[in-house]
Amino acid sequence: MSLKGQAYIVGAYEHPTRHAIDKSLSQLHAEVALGALADAGLSIADVDGYFCAGDVAGWDAPGVGPTSVVEYLGLKLRHLDTTESWGSAYINHIEHAARAIAAGKCRVALITQAGRPRAEKMSPELEHRLQAQSAPESQFELPYGPIVTNMYGMCAMRHMYEHGTTSEQLAWIKVAASHHAQHNPNAVLQKVVTVEDVLSSPIVATPLHRLDCCVISDGGGAVVLAHPDVARSLKRPLVTPIGAGFSVKHLNGGYFDILASGGVQTGAEAFAQAEVQPADIQYASLYDSFTITVLIQLENLGFCPPGQGGRFVADGGLISGVGKLPFNTDGGGLCNSHPGNRGGMTKIIEAVRQLRNEAHPAVQVPSCGLALVHGTGGQLGARHGSATLILEREE
Amino acid sequence: MTNRIPTAPQPWPETEAFWNAANEHKLLLQRCPDTGKAFFYPRTYSPFTGASPCEWFQATGRGEIYSFSILPRAQPPYCIAYVTLEEGPRILTNIVTPDYESLKIGQPVQVIFVESTDGQNVPMFEPC
Repeated sequence: MSLKGQAYIVGAYEHPTRHAIDKSLSQLHAEVALGALADAGLSIADVDGYFCAGDVAGWDAPGVGPTSVVEYLGLKLRHLDTTESWGSAYINHIEHAARAIAAGKCRVALITQAGRPRAEKMSPELEHRLQAQSAPESQFELPYGPIVTNMYGMCAMRHMYEHGTTSEQLAWIKVAASHHAQHNPNAVLQKVVTVEDVLSSPIVATPLHRLDCCVISDGGGAVVLAHPDVARSLKRPLVTPIGAGFSVKHLNGGYFDILASGGVQTGAEAFAQAEVQPADIQYASLYDSFTITVLIQLENLGFCPPGQGGRFVADGGLISGVGKLPFNTDGGGLCNSHPGNRGGMTKIIEAVRQLRNEAHPAVQVPSCGLALVHGTGGQLGARHGSATLILEREE
Repeated sequence: MTNRIPTAPQPWPETEAFWNAANEHKLLLQRCPDTGKAFFYPRTYSPFTGASPCEWFQATGRGEIYSFSILPRAQPPYCIAYVTLEEGPRILTNIVTPDYESLKIGQPVQVIFVESTDGQNVPMFEPC
């Protein structure tokens, strides 16, 4: 069943905090929920469907995580979906919410995301190690010290080996993000950087530099989807998902290609469903845990042929108003925020801003009617959940 | 120079054969009973068809570097890598060498065994 017009994104809100020392995780979820509902012109009482992933308070306590948040918010639900695929989960939740609304399971769907790794001094490495204790692969991997940076370093190293990609080309991705972030007063990094700045930052894991990495920040965001009848009664632009894809990529018994993410499958599926081509996309929110993440996703989604990502991003290829494909105009995870080490929600929110003509004027894509959101949750060079979403503004 | 001491793995009963063999400096793999294809990591059921039992066999221990990344600021620095084994599967490991600068993708490597924090040996690789 086509997604188009089944449901509309009527509310979106990004939390302004980047260091939430004085706020609980539940409070952050509540603040983003209330922010997105206010943006839509709805209230808590209107919500009958709730979507959350593993970042909710109490998730680690036996069984009660999602229900605890439902209670904290005082939601009265008919539908709950806790699908977890780390940072890409929220992008996947948009499709789930649209289908749940189409199936009559709910009429107003709330999706929240929040995290405070900075306040908790929880590095992605430590988080990974804690979560991985009982995973079947852990005994064969943890002894070797896989931290996030060196796993992505291997992806970059292989891409350079196969395709001749250079550190300068990767650096252009950070440069583009920084050009956008200078207009975002909430961004963690607001200073415009040059290719030379990236290359002169210390190597964290060969061949990646410190500035090839995203920021670590607190915060979060929320999105509200509504049934067409509800959406038309609200005074917000009509943004609808028209294509979506989800897949899990893993190491397949030892036979894998670290340059082919789950995006190969999810991109093809989303584009076919939406009946549009990569060249039709006017704005893209692409997961940017590292510069290499963006490069591989661009190729996997079909924005350029395999191996051509380096050329695609060089010389400002991703800068709004300059390049072929404006990306992450809020500054992305590379400069703005990577709340809770999960970047999917902020990706959706900036795409909605673009489609509503509500992005910062300096980075707004003129007459933006078609946007793509893509996330890689987990680790690119190992196991991850990929989600692609194509959004359209309906006039 | 000092090498990084690997953290001890936490074996399950289904993987004890692998770790016992590692203590005898043997690298074991398993084969899918349906396809005959070698796979990694070890488990009770074939990741290709779900079949069992999956026979254990000793790998040659030879392979080549598929990709790697060095953490120059770790104390001590170390190199993580995927190595493609002669038998087919790729495995996550460390490359042990006094000369990280010389490492290259495609380089042939040979298994060695290194004691982890609790004495359990774990397979690593060195250039050959």
